[in-house]
Amino acid sequence: MDFISIAIFVGVIGLTLGVTYWAAKQTSTASDFYTAGGSLTGWQNGLAIAGDYLSAASFLGIAGAVALNGYDGFYYSLGFLAAYLVVLFLVAEPLRNLGKFTMADMIGSRFSAKKVRAAAALNTITIVLFYMIAQLVGAGALIKLLLGIDYWISVLIVGVMMTVYVLFGGMTATSWVQIIKAVLLMIGTIVIAFLVLLRTNFSFTSLFEKVSTATKHGESYLHSGVLYDNPLGLISVLLALFLGTAGLPHILMRFFTVKDAKTARSSVIYAVWIIGVFYFITMILGFGGAIFVGEEAIVAENAAGNMAAPMLAAVLGGNALESFVAAVAFATILAVVSGLVLTGASALAHDLYGEVFKKGKVTDKQQVTAARIAAISVAILSIILALGSEKLNVAFLVSLAFCVAAAANLPTILMTIYWKRFNTTGAIASMLTGLITSLVLVAISPSVMSPVEGAALITGNPIFPLANPGIVSIPAGFLAAYVGTILSSRGKEEVDYAEIKFKAETGYRELQN
Amino acid sequence: MSVKIDEEVTFESSSHDRNNESSALQEGPAALDYEKLINTPEFKKLSKRKNGFLLSYTIFFTAIYALLPILTSYTTILENRAIGMITWTWIYSFGIFIMVWALATIYTKKAAGFDKDVDEILKKTL
Repeated sequence: MDFISIAIFVGVIGLTLGVTYWAAKQTSTASDFYTAGGSLTGWQNGLAIAGDYLSAASFLGIAGAVALNGYDGFYYSLGFLAAYLVVLFLVAEPLRNLGKFTMADMIGSRFSAKKVRAAAALNTITIVLFYMIAQLVGAGALIKLLLGIDYWISVLIVGVMMTVYVLFGGMTATSWVQIIKAVLLMIGTIVIAFLVLLRTNFSFTSLFEKVSTATKHGESYLHSGVLYDNPLGLISVLLALFLGTAGLPHILMRFFTVKDAKTARSSVIYAVWIIGVFYFITMILGFGGAIFVGEEAIVAENAAGNMAAPMLAAVLGGNALESFVAAVAFATILAVVSGLVLTGASALAHDLYGEVFKKGKVTDKQQVTAARIAAISVAILSIILALGSEKLNVAFLVSLAFCVAAAANLPTILMTIYWKRFNTTGAIASMLTGLITSLVLVAISPSVMSPVEGAALITGNPIFPLANPGIVSIPAGFLAAYVGTILSSRGKEEVDYAEIKFKAETGYRELQN
Repeated sequence: MSVKIDEEVTFESSSHDRNNESSALQEGPAALDYEKLINTPEFKKLSKRKNGFLLSYTIFFTAIYALLPILTSYTTILENRAIGMITWTWIYSFGIFIMVWALATIYTKKAAGFDKDVDEILKKTL
């Protein structure tokens, strides 16, 4: 590591720790810890949503996927972005109006039976752990590549940093780490894209022309089909991405950090612009990687293409830019995993401990203590799992997390808001069906089973043909919600739909006496 | 009553201007006759307009999005070049970006109108 790298890394760590110190002083209540007291403005939360959402998989993974596979790498960008229309049109505002700290709160506002909340918390924890392991394993490998530090040390550094942010600074620190990261990420990617376009005379046609001869795929690089030869596989992935975002608990939690539905709405608008511009840029980065770094060099560093963006930065902007991009990748990882730790902690401490075991009878102080203990537990568990998974191919866990979110969470979220007849049984049936079908189908899919020894967790022929089970498990989740509801009668602990409808649409809240 | 309020959130968030009209409007006594409230002509009208808007736009953007993999997987009509080496697949994809931004903007405009109706309803109710 040279001086510039060290200076930039120390800068990122110092800045985020400074923010955490400042945030810690204003974090005393449970509301502070989980939602930053609902004090974020629209643009702040918009940046934080982008910071929470744009993982290293987005930045390095998609740039690499485009660099190596051309158009097919770009499908992910489309799915990740279009998903925000579902969030904006159907979920964000009613969620903000009905919920308090977590996704389970919103479902629990209508169905207060403990098992409903427990099922929602189980889904949250499952998604958080999958997502987190994918991020941490990726982080370890990346930092190893970027800085030459051992895998286990890299995982520990990231693990300790995320714990510190969440433990002391709660949602305030997490939000600002995400905001800082979003700004750094945008600066870094815009600079590289600018340099790419500078070399192609700011002409898209010439960029496309150059890239059409840059790779071994030739012109088919610019067409669909390099990566996805199975239409159902492609549709399955796109479905999970499109519907998954609106069921991701760590994204949904962000909507409680603003004061009302109106601000939640404006934060999605900011996020949509930032995320859209970002994904458009990843295409330019991918093309740049293919043209100026070259396929062979990219694959030589990392078979999945994860190093395409940093290598491109080095070619176009020298060591300084490469170090900056490495630091951006580091900040990206930190921002995403700390959001996940906080979300996991909220499911354990608020949903399970506070609402299920203590039936909501906890003092604010107990809540905060429980949240901190839960944050440490989630962090330690994920660090241990990540340390044991170095050699495993865990990239599929991210799309699995989207799949579980779409199949197990979204049907219940939508029907809680929009379907009058929906009931407790339907909610539980849907949440469990979505979760179980996703998990079982992935366990027997090519992501987990491969006839080539060592290529996947289990050696053998995959029983389910698609890597992503969304096309089966998402309809199953919706169907279970419907069937579970019509085959049963209204549960005892349900709030009238009239009340839910009125509150969801108006944001009306009852004053507690 | 199983619904709890996050008094803290509501109050703290409006601490910079505690008499903020909209947040004051959104709080009130616990026992309201919600069945009656959602059956007022004003609320029914708002609900109908809003759901119609949400449903039609959701169908529209879902269809546009879903059409892409179907067209790229089962047909070749997007394979032709549109501008230089840029094929219609890319144009369609960039179109999805534009659609997301455009619909987000339309939503904001439309929702501002709904906000006014909601304020009217809450003023009448409380």
